Amino acid sequence: MIEINNISKWFGDFKVLTDIKEVVERGQTVVICGPSGSGKSTLLRCVNGLEPYQKGEIIVDGISLSDPKTNLYNLRQKIGMVFQRFELYPHLPVLRNISLAPMKVLKKSKKEAEKKAKELLDRVGIPEKADEYPANLSGGQQQRVAIARSLAMEPDYMMFDEPTSALDPEMINEVLEVMIDLAKEGMTMLVVTHEMGFAREVANEIIFMDEGKIVERGSDEEFFTNPKSERTKAFLSQILV
Amino acid sequence: MFDAVIRNLPYLMGGFGVTLELTSCALSGGIILGMLVGLGRISRVKWIYYPVTVYVNFVRNMPLILVIFWFYFVMPILVGRPLNPFVSSVIAFIIFEATYFGEIFRAGYQSISRDLINASFSTGMTYSQTARYILIPIAFKRMLPSLITQSIVTFQDTSLAFVIGLQEFVRRTSIVDNLEFRSIELFSFVAIIFFIFCFIGSKISLHFEEKGRRTGVL
Repeated sequence: MIEINNISKWFGDFKVLTDIKEVVERGQTVVICGPSGSGKSTLLRCVNGLEPYQKGEIIVDGISLSDPKTNLYNLRQKIGMVFQRFELYPHLPVLRNISLAPMKVLKKSKKEAEKKAKELLDRVGIPEKADEYPANLSGGQQQRVAIARSLAMEPDYMMFDEPTSALDPEMINEVLEVMIDLAKEGMTMLVVTHEMGFAREVANEIIFMDEGKIVERGSDEEFFTNPKSERTKAFLSQILV
Repeated sequence: MFDAVIRNLPYLMGGFGVTLELTSCALSGGIILGMLVGLGRISRVKWIYYPVTVYVNFVRNMPLILVIFWFYFVMPILVGRPLNPFVSSVIAFIIFEATYFGEIFRAGYQSISRDLINASFSTGMTYSQTARYILIPIAFKRMLPSLITQSIVTFQDTSLAFVIGLQEFVRRTSIVDNLEFRSIELFSFVAIIFFIFCFIGSKISLHFEEKGRRTGVL
């Protein structure tokens, strides 16, 4: 379970997050949407300790991130993260991108790590790309490799930071399908996205953020058809064409 | 027609040996100091960043020959005893080239995006694992062509040590020329040797650049 207890964060004088409160239960998928600059990505980065926050507390499985005794490296092993621009290691072939962390962090043998990596490539539908370099893959394929790389650590949580925004339209679905399967298999997911079709299909809760605050949250069709705040209405009318 | 060259070949190649020695000292010192300068240039610590930046900007805006003169003529006054031309040129070259290597290292370090490092962290890798398996290999591959190019430039620049009487390749050639009066052959020979070394070097640099581009590392 991820508990976000009233966290606030500043970049210098600029307040990027204000009193964010949210609980993600095991097996749930929470979708975060909102205009750019609303703090969505920053919130994700706070949850696996890539960004510090100044007020409040984030607790993952009972462990507080702001506790100086917490080993963030250990904690991050159970929280996978997928980035907007894929961020694959450009100097390593696809298979090695996936097997690196299991070998170095979990101390798995090369054979074991590569076997697992091949299974994951199968699962995301590109087993034939194992020996290619990331640059030779399409955006959609790169993003699926990035998902496989995170899954190789067998995380309990997966976070997605606008995983389809850098993709050409025809490649969005191949990535969303992998994500939908994951959600349906019971992975706990925190997803920043504007793909409302995805949200409708798998989200247990949808959060709308603006200017560092949670403006509205909803758990069903009501969020789309009858949003309460004007800000949400305006935003949804722009993305739900 | 190259008989003047052949007659004096051992003496000339001895000078070339000095050139190679000076180049390797300048490169090893310059690259090691350059790595530190590069780190200093991206440091958030003000008392590291500012002195290093002033040093880099100052030296990069000086003609190399002035730096060589400075160490040869001014340092002895400060130290209180004369320096031999080789030691003084090695120091001048290290100080000078480190600023250029430093900027190459700075660019290499900065070319790696924050999120690539975050991606590595998010799989549970530690800072030292990330540096070892991600940061340094990528930075090194990206920098390799520039490092080789700058090394060639350093190799060419060493001939400037001529001006303080160091008996390197060009100096010895000119000494031979004063005895033999065969400028065309002698200096053509020097030119050919420099060309061969630098041309091969630039091809190697190009090879790594193309390889980097092919695999998408650049």
